[in-house]
Amino acid sequence: MPAVSTFPDTQDAAARAICAQHGNRPDALLEILHETQSQFGFLSDDALKAIAHALNISRAEIHGVVTFYHDFRREAPPGHVIRLCRAEACQAVGAEALAHHAEKRLAGNPSVGLEAVYCLGNCALGPAALVDGELKARLTPAAFDALVAELEAKA
Amino acid sequence: MSAVRIFVPVDAAAQSVGANEVAAAIAREAAQRGIAIELVRNGSRGMFWLEPLVEVETATGRMAYGPVAPDDVASLFDAGFLAGGTHPLGHGLTAAIPYFAKQERLSFARCGVIDPLDLADYEAHGGLAGLHRALTMQPQDVVAEITDSGLRGRGGAGFPTGIKWQTALEQPAGQKYVCANADEGDSGTFADRMLMEGDPFSLIEGMAIAGHAIGADTGYIYIRSEYPHAVATMHRAAAIWHDAAPSPFRIEIRVGGGAYICGEESAMLESLEGKRGQVRAKPPIPAISGLFGKPTVVNNVLTLAAVGDIMAKGAAHYRDFGMGRSRGTQAFQLAGDVARGGLVEKAFGVTLRELVEDFGGGTRSGKPLRAVQAGGPLGAYIPASALDVAMDYEALAAAGAMLGHGGIVLFNDSVDMAKMARFAFEFCAIESCGKCTPCRIGAVRGREVMDKVIAGEDRASNLALVEDLCEIMTDGSLCAMGGLTPMPVLSALRHFPEDFGRE
Repeated sequence: MPAVSTFPDTQDAAARAICAQHGNRPDALLEILHETQSQFGFLSDDALKAIAHALNISRAEIHGVVTFYHDFRREAPPGHVIRLCRAEACQAVGAEALAHHAEKRLAGNPSVGLEAVYCLGNCALGPAALVDGELKARLTPAAFDALVAELEAKA
Repeated sequence: MSAVRIFVPVDAAAQSVGANEVAAAIAREAAQRGIAIELVRNGSRGMFWLEPLVEVETATGRMAYGPVAPDDVASLFDAGFLAGGTHPLGHGLTAAIPYFAKQERLSFARCGVIDPLDLADYEAHGGLAGLHRALTMQPQDVVAEITDSGLRGRGGAGFPTGIKWQTALEQPAGQKYVCANADEGDSGTFADRMLMEGDPFSLIEGMAIAGHAIGADTGYIYIRSEYPHAVATMHRAAAIWHDAAPSPFRIEIRVGGGAYICGEESAMLESLEGKRGQVRAKPPIPAISGLFGKPTVVNNVLTLAAVGDIMAKGAAHYRDFGMGRSRGTQAFQLAGDVARGGLVEKAFGVTLRELVEDFGGGTRSGKPLRAVQAGGPLGAYIPASALDVAMDYEALAAAGAMLGHGGIVLFNDSVDMAKMARFAFEFCAIESCGKCTPCRIGAVRGREVMDKVIAGEDRASNLALVEDLCEIMTDGSLCAMGGLTPMPVLSALRHFPEDFGRE
């Protein structure tokens, strides 16, 4: 499989290329959406139109799928995304207090987004988070602040 | 002298506490000291409180050191850890650590031991033996062997695997599928993730055996997107499998979209077809009409991971573990406020107390244990006073609880059980697929009523309403999402009435 970066840089052309790589199979829709989003960060109207055309399914169907799954975005994400686990095992070790702290810490910060996620499979080492795709463990408010400071320095 | 083999787990949980940094520090230190080492990135042994757990291969066996921080590496070299030297972080032989030694590892026998992506290493540790034997047998005989083993679905429902396979086998020849459900969404569970990252070929081997048994040449692995490391490992493992082709069985990997409901098998099939993950009404069951309307066996990762061992050692070996109608072993996962969190593979029949106290060592915080949630977000809350229940499908059901996917979450005495009951409704409201009314509307109403209960508003009549609502959800929902959400709610209410303002 060629690297994603070899795809054209407009969303509709890229989406068409990704569809073609999956043989324009409608059952590969989630894979196609994931790959398109991983290249551009979100799914634009142009991309969704191109995918509907390539897979020969209606735009309404695609809209239904895109809105059903929590993963898909219709707008560009912030530069960094922290997905904080809010499920029971992390709640048992203070995830709710951490979430309140995180909301306050990140209020008015456009470059670091905070999202809830329900289980990252790191339940013995909570509270857990995925920070730009990297798994973190045993987060405390202080550790969270350090993480954010690191991201802000990169931004 | 050949290079010393050092093992540093590549498992995502180990990485989350710095395994990559430790591996880099070891490589750097060895280079500086001019010592030849072979650094192997294995899976996790499942003793997460010791991660990053560094192991060194010595003449007497693998010696364990952990939890290792990058700053500890120089002192480990100074202490002669390459020859198993004594160090404050040392635990002696890994295999002799009580947490590990007391387990009965069948499905996880190789996890944490081998290089996950080395097929030769896999075979050298007993991998492929089950597949090779199965391929010499008639499909019907393979199904009979699985039926005889007593293996039941490890996703939560506990349906006999052999019966499911038999149904798919009996469908007319033609396109059939094997689907591995790796949408491990339950909080407090990580066994699928650990296995996919630590021993991915055992999942593929189980699927290939299932394919031979029912007459399917293609399998899909549906992995949740919250597990990016497992997705990457399975992609690489599938490519290696296709190159080596120990059987003609083909694997496709599909990644979910962050929807908990896709762990329900019919919602997963919809998602695999590129659609919204909405639950299908049954019948028809997937074994008759599943993926793309074709006969499909949908099994949990842990079910399929047990298959290779059963076929290699025979049904009786597996069946001899366990109790009653729960045969074999279960991967229990200790999570939440637990001192020694991790994976414990043990024969059915071990008590919850043994798992929580002997293995888990109680709470990490040191606060008194108050409740345990067994079986994920849809499982019951069990009070600390009732831990003597045996972990077995039937015994748990008799106690008003369930095994689910084997997750066990510990809560200390700061937990507010009314808030946990509210969360159960909230989670259901967020994750309901929306197809049936009791789940879609019931969860939202349940959350609203619990808000009133928590605010102290007309508690008696609002709690009566909660119980009514739970009855409707239990009896009227299309699948376990709505049908079992009442389990955490009502168990919290039953065992912890004081948190709900009841005497």
